[in-house]
Amino acid sequence: MEEFALIMRHEDGHKVASPEQIQIWMKQTMDWIGGIAAQNKFVSGTGLPFEDSRVVRHKNVVTNGPFGDIKETIGGFIIVKVNSVDEAVEFAKGCPVLQGDGNSVEVRKIAKSDGTH
Amino acid sequence: MNQQELIPHLFRTEFSKITAVLCKLFGIKHIEVAEDIASDTFLAAFETWSFKGIPQNPKAWLYAVAKNKARNYIARNTIFAEKIVSEITYSSSGIQEIEIDLSEKNIMDSQLQMLFAVCHPSISAEAQIGLSLRILCGFGIDEIATALLTNKETINKRLFRAKEKLRLEKVQIVFPEKEEINKRLQTVLTTLYLLFNEGYYSESRDSILREDLCKEAMRLTYLLIENEQTNQNSVNALLSLMCFQASRFTARKNENGEIILYQDQDETLWDHELISRGAYFLHRASLGNKISKYHLEASIAYWHTIKKDTTEKWENILQLFNQLLQIEYSPIASLNRTYALSKVYGKEIAIAEAEKLKLTDNHFYFTLLGELYTDIDNNVAKQHFQKALSLAKTHTDRHTLQKKIDNM
Repeated sequence: MEEFALIMRHEDGHKVASPEQIQIWMKQTMDWIGGIAAQNKFVSGTGLPFEDSRVVRHKNVVTNGPFGDIKETIGGFIIVKVNSVDEAVEFAKGCPVLQGDGNSVEVRKIAKSDGTH
Repeated sequence: MNQQELIPHLFRTEFSKITAVLCKLFGIKHIEVAEDIASDTFLAAFETWSFKGIPQNPKAWLYAVAKNKARNYIARNTIFAEKIVSEITYSSSGIQEIEIDLSEKNIMDSQLQMLFAVCHPSISAEAQIGLSLRILCGFGIDEIATALLTNKETINKRLFRAKEKLRLEKVQIVFPEKEEINKRLQTVLTTLYLLFNEGYYSESRDSILREDLCKEAMRLTYLLIENEQTNQNSVNALLSLMCFQASRFTARKNENGEIILYQDQDETLWDHELISRGAYFLHRASLGNKISKYHLEASIAYWHTIKKDTTEKWENILQLFNQLLQIEYSPIASLNRTYALSKVYGKEIAIAEAEKLKLTDNHFYFTLLGELYTDIDNNVAKQHFQKALSLAKTHTDRHTLQKKIDNM
């Protein structure tokens, strides 16, 4: 079994959707994660709220942001344990953020401390 | 002659109290001595009361006799006495006197400390349950064997090995240190949860015994709640869960000991007082930020105290299972979640999710598939039920499945 991170990229929902819509997305996300957990393939996960965030750059330049106004902003991630990247991709396909055109889920292997990675 | 009635379970209750205090006094090394003295006390009661009648204050009589027997034992075994020097006080005549404190407070403290000592991670959960039943609940070896559907020899061996292990590990009968409490509490809660399940799901014909197991699990959990340091959210949540489950104890089995499924149960037989108590403890458990798996299970159990099939009920149950599975996966939770999914989104979607689970060695998996395919494709449903029947282990489950198959 290998662990993969499923990184969700989308714009800040609060800016484009009503509270009602956000509640629906939340339920869909819980159901999506629940389905993975039901197959005993869920490891952990967290959302990454847009409020109170900063970006620190070269020469310690600190700015507010990211602001979530572009669809590539990271909104959260989950870690799954699977037998192959294809399995991880199948899980990613079920992510509710993909209902939005332009949003994406990046599938990345979790590095193992085995000397090579 | 004064014919008094003994309160039910007096012997069992007082046995556990006396044993706890004596165990605490003598230490893990001499558990058998504590058990023997307690047993002798009840033997004496039986022999005396049968002929002379029950004394005015049975408890006081028992305690007085237990104290005497303990003191005599110590007096006859000086090496033994030296080991428990701390308890020795000197009376006015300068003679060493052993103080055996059977006050309510010391009884509670001793039982709590014994609970932690007995529910020790170094022995198996099975052994913890066996020891709890014997020492903390005062059950006889026969009763334990009947309740756990095994025989006396097995139980005796199990208890013997468990005590050996505790001695080897030099387990102390003390209240765990602050840093340790949370970790040790986890083990205790797991054991109490399993003890309750033994009573609730037991196949044993003795329904009174089964109910007693549940009551004992609840009593011990309440013991934790009565102590400030162990009165934590997760403990309140566990007791809440037990109350909700126990409320259906009478309704779930008929006179022949056959299981009556939830949807067929007579609601009027549900114990509404227990349901209220469950709600009370769930409320207490929610005063704080920490959520344990017991909170989620108790919340799901709460929804099941409402028989009516509403969307709200199943949507809530689904979300609770979504959370529960993230904290701790279990095949049963996974299957129950899928059932809730079918109630919210319909059978087709649930079937798709169910088939991903692939729990092919679990008869509940095929039972679920059977349920989901019923009225969608009854042939497939029947096949699943038959597969479930071939894997079913208990008499109750086989009976339930056979009925389903016959009804198709």
